[in-house]
Amino acid sequence: MRALVWHGKEDIRCDEVSDPQIEDERDAIIRVTSCAICGSDLHLYHNYVPAMLPGDIMGHEMMGEVVEVGKGINGALKKGDRIVVPFTIICGQCDQCKRQNFSVCERSNRKKNLGEKVFGHATAGLFGYTHLTGGYPGGQAEYMRVPFADATHIKVPDSLTDEQVLFLGDIFPTGWQAAAQCDIEPTDTVAIWGCGPVGQMAIRSALLLGAKQVLAIDCLPERLSMAAAGGAITINFAKESVVERLNDLTGGKGPEKCIDCVGMESHVSLAQPDTIYDRAKQMMLLENDRPHVLREMIYVCRPAGVISIPGVYSGLVDKIPMGQAMNKGLSFRMGQTHVNRWTGDLLHRIEEGQIDPSFVITHTVGLEQGPEMYKVFRDKQDSCIKVVLKP
Amino acid sequence: MSVADRLTNITRSPGDPKVLKAGPSALGATDNLAHKLSWFSIALGVVELVGAERIAGALGMRGKEHLIRAYGAREISSGILSLSVDKQAGLWSRVAGDGLDIATLLAAYRHDNPKRDNVGLALAMVAGISLLDVIAAKGVTARHSRGATKPRDYSDRSGFPGGLAAARSASRSGRTQEPGAA
Ligand SMILES: NC(=O)c1ccc[n+]([C@@H]2O[C@H](COP(=O)([O-])OP(=O)(O)OC[C@H]3O[C@@H](n4cnc5c(N)ncnc54)[C@H](O)[C@@H]3O)[C@@H](O)[C@H]2O)c1
Ligand SMILES: [Zn+2]
Ligand SMILES: [Zn+2]
Repeated sequence: MRALVWHGKEDIRCDEVSDPQIEDERDAIIRVTSCAICGSDLHLYHNYVPAMLPGDIMGHEMMGEVVEVGKGINGALKKGDRIVVPFTIICGQCDQCKRQNFSVCERSNRKKNLGEKVFGHATAGLFGYTHLTGGYPGGQAEYMRVPFADATHIKVPDSLTDEQVLFLGDIFPTGWQAAAQCDIEPTDTVAIWGCGPVGQMAIRSALLLGAKQVLAIDCLPERLSMAAAGGAITINFAKESVVERLNDLTGGKGPEKCIDCVGMESHVSLAQPDTIYDRAKQMMLLENDRPHVLREMIYVCRPAGVISIPGVYSGLVDKIPMGQAMNKGLSFRMGQTHVNRWTGDLLHRIEEGQIDPSFVITHTVGLEQGPEMYKVFRDKQDSCIKVVLKP
Repeated sequence: MSVADRLTNITRSPGDPKVLKAGPSALGATDNLAHKLSWFSIALGVVELVGAERIAGALGMRGKEHLIRAYGAREISSGILSLSVDKQAGLWSRVAGDGLDIATLLAAYRHDNPKRDNVGLALAMVAGISLLDVIAAKGVTARHSRGATKPRDYSDRSGFPGGLAAARSASRSGRTQEPGAA
């Protein structure tokens, strides 16, 4: 079959690879009908996430038709079922899964030792990601094996298109969890950094969860226009002072809730000298991530507010003003998304017509155009916001 | 299939797909040129750092060893930057560095310098490299910049088929399930 394969920094190719096979009785194999490129894939593309190996298959946002099931699936799934696959692999039975803390499932990471060494405790297995999270082959491919498939799936009805449900596997619940963990109250202003696909979902989620107003920050006009379409007041950080605007829009008090949908690769610019400092340290291997957004959020957030971080960080960050955070009494909520905790509710909202996540798709192409689309998405060319691939 | 593919194929679990035939690289010709120039930059930088005395001797620039070492450090940092995802910045810093090199060499290209011929050779070499640097910097910038096309306007993409107000009121009325009720 064909698959998008990581060969090194900025080198993703459409390779001919062998077909996946059932290994365990709880495995299933799907024929991928749609998959997407995620902002997290860009961190791998740039080789900022440690423990990727040449030959790893990319992709963790995918859906398709079940073509084969292992003997232990016990009717939870059958051939022909149409499923979205969450990017977090879950056993459904461990202590964490029972608490719905799915992204830290205790059993699904098959390279637990590696994860424990680096993180202290292993986290869940993830598709198409580093070997620290199991190194499971991803879904930017014609076929994919789903481990623990009896738990690791979201069944979707035929009445909805792929485009409407695909993002249930990642960015929709990610934006949703980011907003939900802010415990939004009707008087709250929610400020969201980054208007990429995750930011777009977070904006709409915060509004559905009842925020008084949502303020969205980015520098790309096309992304800001989409943020405004979703109901946000936009701030272009290349043209105006983020801190001043946020204070102005909140009567000088700052937003109660701040969400980081940017992560470790904050834009580097002369106007933000700390980003130059981070970039230099990153190059000398003295720091992994560029936490400009975290610093800005801690500074501007209203005391007793919440900082919610769906944006991915990979390792060590520097110059985080813990003094400000501590004295202001801020709460931090973060993590890889517990996808299946939210998908029942979110699927229902899509079916009801409350929201249609397909609004975010700007490019749809075949798998062989995938490598080029990584570049287009990374370089923000052609007003690209979200790429869907049809294997 | 590359050696790396072969090696990692061995380590993969039996049911995992393995690379049979790698597809074409999506890196452009200018990306590859940039890559080569980066390594050249690092190598030259190391030579300048450790061989500053010999270079100074060969070019009749005794007393300028510190400057040569500083240029070496500059070459190395430009090289590292050009290898990174910010290769545009790295390559343009190389172009600027070439300017400094040429100015320094021109100053040494005096008639009373007994090593004038060597300086001439060095100047010719730097000129050639500068040309490549400019080609790579321009090429990479063109390939990876957002281009001149006007950003698209997505203001018709609300994502709420029935409008924001209706979506908010449906959400408020809680006609949806509790989280986790998959
Ligand atoms: N927690 C999870 O489970 C999870 C799931 C999916 C994605 N993610 C992460 O979420 C983040 C965003 O993903 P995405 O797909 O939207 O990526 P993206 O790269 O498309 O979007 C990032 C956006 O941030 C903007 N940005 C950069 N610097 C900024 C700054 N200083 N201030 C404001 N905006 C800035 C960029 O212009 C861009 O539009 C990534 O880090 C990704 O890895 C996390
Ligand atoms: Zn993702
Ligand atoms: Zn589990």
